[in-house]
Amino acid sequence: MLNIDDTVNPVEPFLRSDRMPHIWCPGCGIGTTVNSFARALIDSKIDLESLALVSGIGCTGRVAGYVKLDSFHTTHGRAIPFATGLKLANPKLNVVVYSGDGDLSAIGGNHLIHAARRNIDLKVICVNNLIYAMTGGQTAPTTPGHATTSTNPYGTFEPAFNLPHLVEAAGAVYVARWTTFHVRQLARSISEAFQKKGFSFIEVISPCPTLYQRRNKMGDGLDTMKYYKEKSKVKHGTPTSEVGLTLNGEIAVGKFVDRDRPDYQSMMRAQYVESLGERYIEEPEVECVCG
Amino acid sequence: MAKGRVSIVVERCKACGFCVEFCPTHVLALSSAFNSKGYHPPHVVHPEKCSGCDLCGMYCPDFAIYGTKVAEPKLVKAAGGEK
Repeated sequence: MLNIDDTVNPVEPFLRSDRMPHIWCPGCGIGTTVNSFARALIDSKIDLESLALVSGIGCTGRVAGYVKLDSFHTTHGRAIPFATGLKLANPKLNVVVYSGDGDLSAIGGNHLIHAARRNIDLKVICVNNLIYAMTGGQTAPTTPGHATTSTNPYGTFEPAFNLPHLVEAAGAVYVARWTTFHVRQLARSISEAFQKKGFSFIEVISPCPTLYQRRNKMGDGLDTMKYYKEKSKVKHGTPTSEVGLTLNGEIAVGKFVDRDRPDYQSMMRAQYVESLGERYIEEPEVECVCG
Repeated sequence: MAKGRVSIVVERCKACGFCVEFCPTHVLALSSAFNSKGYHPPHVVHPEKCSGCDLCGMYCPDFAIYGTKVAEPKLVKAAGGEK
Protein backbone atom coordinates (compact mmCIF):
# COMPACT_ATOMS: atom_id res chain seq x y z
CA MET A 1 0.00 0.00 0.00
CA LEU A 2 0.98 3.59 -0.47
CA ASN A 3 2.41 5.67 2.28
CA ILE A 4 1.01 9.16 2.01
CA ASP A 5 3.87 11.38 2.97
CA ASP A 6 3.30 15.11 3.30
CA THR A 7 6.81 15.95 2.13
CA VAL A 8 5.98 14.87 -1.40
CA ASN A 9 3.15 15.76 -3.72
CA PRO A 10 0.20 13.41 -2.98
CA VAL A 11 0.03 12.55 -6.68
CA GLU A 12 3.75 11.66 -6.83
CA PRO A 13 3.35 7.97 -5.82
CA PHE A 14 1.11 7.53 -8.88
CA LEU A 15 3.56 9.05 -11.35
CA ARG A 16 6.60 7.80 -13.18
CA SER A 17 8.64 10.76 -11.98
CA ASP A 18 11.57 9.96 -14.25
CA ARG A 19 9.35 10.80 -17.25
CA MET A 20 8.48 14.26 -15.94
CA PRO A 21 8.11 16.98 -17.15
CA HIS A 22 5.45 15.62 -19.45
CA ILE A 23 4.77 16.61 -23.06
CA TRP A 24 1.43 18.33 -22.42
CA CYS A 25 1.36 22.00 -23.35
CA PRO A 26 1.25 24.79 -20.78
CA GLY A 27 -2.40 25.30 -19.87
CA CYS A 28 -3.52 21.86 -21.04
CA GLY A 29 -5.99 20.28 -18.66
CA ILE A 30 -4.99 16.62 -18.96
CA GLY A 31 -2.55 16.81 -16.03
CA THR A 32 -5.33 18.29 -13.90
CA THR A 33 -7.54 15.29 -14.65
CA VAL A 34 -4.68 12.99 -13.60
CA ASN A 35 -4.60 14.85 -10.26
CA SER A 36 -8.30 14.19 -9.76
CA PHE A 37 -7.86 10.56 -10.77
CA ALA A 38 -5.02 10.12 -8.26
CA ARG A 39 -7.10 11.72 -5.50
CA ALA A 40 -9.98 9.39 -6.40
CA LEU A 41 -7.65 6.39 -6.09
CA ILE A 42 -6.52 7.60 -2.66
CA ASP A 43 -10.08 8.30 -1.50
CA SER A 44 -11.63 5.09 -2.74
CA LYS A 45 -8.76 3.00 -1.27
CA ILE A 46 -8.55 0.87 -4.40
CA ASP A 47 -5.94 -1.85 -4.26
CA LEU A 48 -3.45 -0.71 -6.87
CA GLU A 49 -2.41 -4.31 -7.49
CA SER A 50 -5.88 -4.99 -8.89
CA LEU A 51 -6.07 -1.88 -11.04
CA ALA A 52 -5.23 -1.64 -14.72
CA LEU A 53 -5.26 1.50 -16.79
CA VAL A 54 -5.64 1.32 -20.56
CA SER A 55 -5.36 4.24 -22.91
CA GLY A 56 -5.42 4.75 -26.63
CA ILE A 57 -3.57 7.17 -28.85
CA GLY A 58 -3.57 10.92 -28.53
CA CYS A 59 -2.56 13.51 -25.99
CA THR A 60 -4.67 11.82 -23.31
CA GLY A 61 -3.33 8.45 -24.37
CA ARG A 62 -0.03 9.53 -22.88
CA VAL A 63 -1.52 9.12 -19.41
CA ALA A 64 -0.76 5.40 -19.55
CA GLY A 65 2.92 6.19 -19.86
CA TYR A 66 3.00 8.68 -17.02
CA VAL A 67 1.15 6.80 -14.29
CA LYS A 68 2.93 4.26 -12.12
CA LEU A 69 0.16 1.68 -12.38
CA ASP A 70 -0.27 -1.39 -14.50
CA SER A 71 -0.98 0.49 -17.68
CA PHE A 72 -1.17 -0.24 -21.35
CA HIS A 73 -0.88 2.21 -24.23
CA THR A 74 -2.86 0.54 -26.99
CA THR A 75 -3.37 1.10 -30.69
CA HIS A 76 -5.57 3.92 -31.91
CA GLY A 77 -9.18 3.62 -30.84
CA ARG A 78 -8.72 0.17 -29.38
CA ALA A 79 -8.43 1.01 -25.70
CA ILE A 80 -11.89 -0.38 -24.97
CA PRO A 81 -11.35 -3.72 -26.78
CA PHE A 82 -8.07 -4.22 -24.89
CA ALA A 83 -9.77 -3.32 -21.64
CA THR A 84 -12.67 -5.67 -22.42
CA GLY A 85 -10.23 -8.51 -22.93
CA LEU A 86 -8.46 -7.72 -19.68
CA LYS A 87 -11.72 -7.63 -17.77
CA LEU A 88 -13.01 -10.89 -19.26
CA ALA A 89 -9.76 -12.73 -18.64
CA ASN A 90 -9.41 -11.47 -15.09
CA PRO A 91 -12.79 -10.32 -13.75
CA LYS A 92 -11.26 -9.23 -10.44
CA LEU A 93 -9.37 -6.37 -12.10
CA ASN A 94 -10.65 -2.83 -11.90
CA VAL A 95 -10.11 -1.70 -15.46
CA VAL A 96 -9.95 2.00 -16.24
CA VAL A 97 -9.94 3.32 -19.79
CA TYR A 98 -8.35 6.74 -19.88
CA SER A 99 -8.43 8.31 -23.31
CA GLY A 100 -9.39 11.27 -25.39
CA ASP A 101 -12.51 12.13 -27.34
CA GLY A 102 -10.94 11.39 -30.73
CA ASP A 103 -9.70 8.00 -29.67
CA LEU A 104 -12.88 6.95 -27.87
CA SER A 105 -15.65 8.48 -29.94
CA ALA A 106 -14.20 8.66 -33.45
CA ILE A 107 -11.65 5.96 -34.19
CA GLY A 108 -12.98 3.80 -31.37
CA GLY A 109 -16.59 5.01 -31.52
CA ASN A 110 -17.81 1.61 -32.53
CA HIS A 111 -16.18 0.00 -29.50
CA LEU A 112 -17.53 2.69 -27.18
CA ILE A 113 -21.16 2.07 -28.06
CA HIS A 114 -20.83 -1.70 -27.99
CA ALA A 115 -19.03 -1.76 -24.64
CA ALA A 116 -21.86 0.41 -23.28
CA ARG A 117 -24.48 -1.84 -24.88
CA ARG A 118 -22.92 -4.96 -23.37
CA ASN A 119 -22.45 -3.10 -20.09
CA ILE A 120 -18.91 -4.33 -19.61
CA ASP A 121 -17.57 -3.35 -16.20
CA LEU A 122 -15.18 -0.60 -17.34
CA LYS A 123 -14.57 2.87 -15.96
CA VAL A 124 -14.11 5.13 -18.96
CA ILE A 125 -12.61 8.57 -18.41
CA CYS A 126 -12.88 10.57 -21.60
CA VAL A 127 -10.88 13.78 -21.66
CA ASN A 128 -12.72 15.86 -24.24
CA ASN A 129 -10.72 18.76 -25.67
CA LEU A 130 -13.14 19.08 -28.60
CA ILE A 131 -10.49 18.50 -31.26
CA TYR A 132 -7.82 16.11 -32.54
CA ALA A 133 -5.03 17.78 -30.65
CA MET A 134 -1.95 15.64 -31.20
CA THR A 135 -2.26 15.56 -34.98
CA GLY A 136 -2.67 19.30 -35.47
CA GLY A 137 -6.18 20.38 -34.59
CA GLN A 138 -8.43 18.68 -37.11
CA THR A 139 -12.22 18.60 -36.70
CA ALA A 140 -13.26 15.79 -34.38
CA PRO A 141 -16.75 14.32 -33.97
CA THR A 142 -17.02 16.35 -30.76
CA THR A 143 -16.05 19.74 -32.26
CA PRO A 144 -19.03 22.06 -31.75
CA GLY A 145 -20.54 23.91 -34.70
CA HIS A 146 -18.90 27.08 -36.05
CA ALA A 147 -15.55 26.33 -34.41
CA THR A 148 -12.51 26.97 -36.57
CA THR A 149 -10.15 24.02 -36.95
CA SER A 150 -7.28 23.20 -39.28
CA THR A 151 -9.55 21.14 -41.54
CA ASN A 152 -12.47 23.58 -41.33
CA PRO A 153 -10.79 26.99 -41.55
CA TYR A 154 -14.15 28.64 -42.33
CA GLY A 155 -15.89 26.96 -39.41
CA THR A 156 -17.23 23.48 -38.78
CA PHE A 157 -20.73 22.75 -39.96
CA GLU A 158 -21.10 19.10 -38.96
CA PRO A 159 -23.33 18.33 -36.00
CA ALA A 160 -21.22 17.18 -33.05
CA PHE A 161 -21.58 14.13 -30.86
CA ASN A 162 -23.19 14.64 -27.50
CA LEU A 163 -21.18 11.95 -25.72
CA PRO A 164 -23.28 11.59 -22.53
CA HIS A 165 -26.38 11.17 -24.68
CA LEU A 166 -24.65 8.64 -26.93
CA VAL A 167 -23.43 6.40 -24.11
CA GLU A 168 -26.67 6.66 -22.16
CA ALA A 169 -28.64 5.58 -25.21
CA ALA A 170 -26.20 2.73 -25.74
CA GLY A 171 -26.69 1.55 -22.15
CA ALA A 172 -24.09 3.00 -19.75
CA VAL A 173 -25.00 2.77 -16.06
CA TYR A 174 -23.11 5.83 -14.88
CA VAL A 175 -22.68 8.99 -16.95
CA ALA A 176 -21.19 12.21 -15.64
CA ARG A 177 -19.55 15.24 -17.10
CA TRP A 178 -17.21 17.72 -15.47
CA THR A 179 -14.69 20.25 -16.67
CA THR A 180 -11.08 20.57 -15.57
CA PHE A 181 -12.25 23.43 -13.36
CA HIS A 182 -14.31 20.98 -11.23
CA VAL A 183 -11.38 19.06 -9.77
CA ARG A 184 -12.95 17.93 -6.51
CA GLN A 185 -16.28 17.01 -8.11
CA LEU A 186 -14.41 15.03 -10.74
CA ALA A 187 -12.44 13.14 -8.10
CA ARG A 188 -15.70 12.32 -6.30
CA SER A 189 -17.30 11.20 -9.53
CA ILE A 190 -14.40 8.84 -10.32
CA SER A 191 -14.66 7.39 -6.79
CA GLU A 192 -18.39 6.84 -7.35
CA ALA A 193 -17.73 5.13 -10.67
CA PHE A 194 -15.40 2.70 -8.88
CA GLN A 195 -18.36 1.67 -6.71
CA LYS A 196 -20.55 0.94 -9.75
CA LYS A 197 -20.71 -2.37 -11.52
CA GLY A 198 -21.02 -1.80 -15.22
CA PHE A 199 -20.04 0.66 -17.91
CA SER A 200 -19.27 4.03 -16.31
CA PHE A 201 -18.49 7.02 -18.48
CA ILE A 202 -17.06 10.28 -17.20
CA GLU A 203 -16.49 13.04 -19.72
CA VAL A 204 -14.05 15.76 -18.72
CA ILE A 205 -14.06 18.94 -20.80
CA SER A 206 -10.49 20.13 -21.04
CA PRO A 207 -8.78 23.09 -22.68
CA CYS A 208 -6.51 22.69 -25.68
CA PRO A 209 -4.88 26.12 -25.66
CA THR A 210 -2.48 25.34 -28.48
CA LEU A 211 -4.97 24.30 -31.14
CA TYR A 212 -8.60 24.74 -30.20
CA GLN A 213 -8.53 27.85 -28.03
CA ARG A 214 -5.90 29.63 -30.11
CA ARG A 215 -7.65 29.09 -33.44
CA ASN A 216 -10.98 30.14 -31.97
CA LYS A 217 -9.50 33.19 -30.25
CA MET A 218 -10.58 31.98 -26.83
CA GLY A 219 -7.36 32.93 -25.05
CA ASP A 220 -5.07 30.55 -23.22
CA GLY A 221 -5.64 27.72 -20.78
CA LEU A 222 -6.31 30.05 -17.88
CA ASP A 223 -8.91 32.03 -19.84
CA THR A 224 -10.63 28.75 -20.68
CA MET A 225 -10.66 27.72 -17.03
CA LYS A 226 -12.30 31.07 -16.18
CA TYR A 227 -14.83 30.42 -18.95
CA TYR A 228 -15.58 27.00 -17.46
CA LYS A 229 -16.02 28.59 -14.06
CA GLU A 230 -18.40 31.20 -15.45
CA LYS A 231 -20.39 29.19 -17.99
CA SER A 232 -20.74 25.75 -16.44
CA LYS A 233 -23.92 24.89 -14.58
CA VAL A 234 -24.24 21.89 -12.31
CA LYS A 235 -27.36 20.06 -13.44
CA HIS A 236 -27.48 16.63 -11.85
CA GLY A 237 -29.96 14.31 -13.48
CA THR A 238 -30.63 16.48 -16.53
CA PRO A 239 -31.80 14.45 -19.53
CA THR A 240 -28.64 13.89 -21.54
CA SER A 241 -30.38 14.97 -24.75
CA GLU A 242 -30.17 18.52 -23.38
CA VAL A 243 -26.48 18.62 -22.54
CA GLY A 244 -24.95 19.10 -25.99
CA LEU A 245 -22.00 21.48 -26.20
CA THR A 246 -21.93 24.68 -28.20
CA LEU A 247 -19.11 27.07 -29.03
CA ASN A 248 -18.91 29.59 -26.16
CA GLY A 249 -22.20 28.35 -24.75
CA GLU A 250 -23.21 27.00 -21.39
CA ILE A 251 -21.69 23.70 -20.27
CA ALA A 252 -24.03 21.45 -18.34
CA VAL A 253 -22.03 19.44 -15.84
CA GLY A 254 -22.97 16.92 -13.19
CA LYS A 255 -24.03 13.34 -12.83
CA PHE A 256 -26.60 12.65 -15.50
CA VAL A 257 -27.21 8.92 -15.22
CA ASP A 258 -26.83 6.56 -12.28
CA ARG A 259 -28.79 3.37 -12.75
CA ASP A 260 -28.33 -0.36 -12.40
CA ARG A 261 -28.32 -2.96 -15.14
CA PRO A 262 -26.82 -6.45 -15.07
CA ASP A 263 -23.29 -6.31 -16.42
CA TYR A 264 -21.86 -8.46 -19.21
CA GLN A 265 -20.42 -11.19 -17.04
CA SER A 266 -23.48 -11.65 -14.85
CA MET A 267 -25.69 -11.77 -17.97
CA MET A 268 -23.38 -14.33 -19.53
CA ARG A 269 -23.41 -16.48 -16.41
CA ALA A 270 -27.19 -16.23 -16.08
CA GLN A 271 -27.70 -17.24 -19.71
CA TYR A 272 -25.37 -20.24 -19.49
CA VAL A 273 -26.85 -21.44 -16.22
CA GLU A 274 -30.32 -21.14 -17.74
CA SER A 275 -29.55 -23.03 -20.93
CA LEU A 276 -26.91 -25.50 -19.73
CA GLY A 277 -27.91 -25.99 -16.13
CA GLU A 278 -25.64 -28.46 -14.38
CA ARG A 279 -23.39 -28.79 -17.39
CA TYR A 280 -22.16 -25.21 -17.04
CA ILE A 281 -18.86 -25.18 -15.18
CA GLU A 282 -17.20 -21.85 -14.59
CA GLU A 283 -13.62 -21.53 -15.60
CA PRO A 284 -11.31 -21.36 -12.62
CA GLU A 285 -10.02 -17.88 -11.94
CA VAL A 286 -6.88 -16.76 -13.65
CA GLU A 287 -3.97 -16.53 -11.30
CA CYS A 288 -1.01 -14.46 -12.31
CA VAL A 289 2.23 -15.66 -10.84
CA CYS A 290 4.75 -12.87 -10.74
CA GLY A 291 8.44 -13.08 -10.15
CA MET B 1 0.26 31.22 12.16
CA ALA B 2 -0.44 29.73 8.77
CA LYS B 3 -2.52 26.55 8.71
CA GLY B 4 -0.80 25.27 5.62
CA ARG B 5 2.29 25.36 3.52
CA VAL B 6 2.82 25.37 -0.24
CA SER B 7 5.68 23.47 -1.84
CA ILE B 8 6.69 24.27 -5.40
CA VAL B 9 8.80 22.15 -7.75
CA VAL B 10 10.06 25.06 -9.83
CA GLU B 11 11.59 23.04 -12.66
CA ARG B 12 8.32 21.28 -13.54
CA CYS B 13 6.28 24.47 -13.79
CA LYS B 14 4.98 25.68 -17.17
CA ALA B 15 3.48 28.90 -15.80
CA CYS B 16 -0.14 28.22 -16.77
CA GLY B 17 -1.23 30.30 -13.78
CA PHE B 18 -4.02 27.96 -12.61
CA CYS B 19 -2.69 27.88 -9.04
CA VAL B 20 -2.36 31.66 -8.85
CA GLU B 21 -5.88 32.22 -10.20
CA PHE B 22 -7.74 29.59 -8.21
CA CYS B 23 -6.02 29.75 -4.83
CA PRO B 24 -8.97 30.55 -2.54
CA THR B 25 -6.87 32.72 -0.24
CA HIS B 26 -4.61 34.32 -2.90
CA VAL B 27 -1.34 33.06 -1.50
CA LEU B 28 0.53 32.88 -4.82
CA ALA B 29 1.75 35.12 -7.63
CA LEU B 30 3.81 34.38 -10.72
CA SER B 31 7.37 35.46 -10.04
CA SER B 32 9.62 37.38 -12.39
CA ALA B 33 12.31 34.71 -12.10
CA PHE B 34 12.75 32.05 -14.79
CA ASN B 35 13.17 28.32 -14.45
CA SER B 36 15.53 26.47 -16.78
CA LYS B 37 12.82 26.10 -19.46
CA GLY B 38 12.14 29.83 -19.43
CA TYR B 39 8.81 29.83 -17.59
CA HIS B 40 7.92 32.06 -14.66
CA PRO B 41 7.04 29.74 -11.78
CA PRO B 42 4.74 30.93 -8.99
CA HIS B 43 6.07 32.07 -5.66
CA VAL B 44 4.42 32.51 -2.29
CA VAL B 45 3.52 36.11 -1.52
CA HIS B 46 1.21 35.62 1.46
CA PRO B 47 2.45 32.53 3.31
CA GLU B 48 0.39 33.40 6.37
CA LYS B 49 -2.87 33.06 4.41
CA CYS B 50 -2.30 29.46 3.27
CA SER B 51 -4.93 27.06 4.57
CA GLY B 52 -3.22 23.94 3.21
CA CYS B 53 -6.30 22.99 1.16
CA ASP B 54 -4.15 21.61 -1.70
CA LEU B 55 -6.44 23.08 -4.35
CA CYS B 56 -3.31 24.38 -6.11
CA GLY B 57 -2.06 20.80 -6.19
CA MET B 58 -5.34 19.56 -7.66
CA TYR B 59 -5.30 22.19 -10.39
CA CYS B 60 -1.62 22.00 -11.32
CA PRO B 61 -1.41 20.12 -14.66
CA ASP B 62 2.34 19.71 -14.23
CA PHE B 63 2.33 18.20 -10.71
CA ALA B 64 4.62 21.08 -9.70
CA ILE B 65 2.87 22.44 -6.62
CA TYR B 66 1.05 21.05 -3.62
CA GLY B 67 -0.27 22.29 -0.32
CA THR B 68 -0.02 20.52 3.00
CA LYS B 69 -1.69 21.17 6.32
CA VAL B 70 0.67 22.24 9.07
CA ALA B 71 -0.01 20.50 12.36
CA GLU B 72 -1.26 22.80 15.10
CA PRO B 73 1.51 23.68 17.53
CA LYS B 74 0.75 21.17 20.25
CA LEU B 75 3.31 22.39 22.79
CA VAL B 76 1.35 25.58 23.43
CA LYS B 77 -1.81 23.61 24.05
CA ALA B 78 -0.09 21.22 26.41
CA ALA B 79 1.35 24.13 28.35
CA GLY B 80 -2.12 25.68 28.55
CA GLY B 81 -3.56 22.43 29.88
CA GLU B 82 -1.09 22.20 32.74
CA LYS B 83 -2.08 25.51 34.27
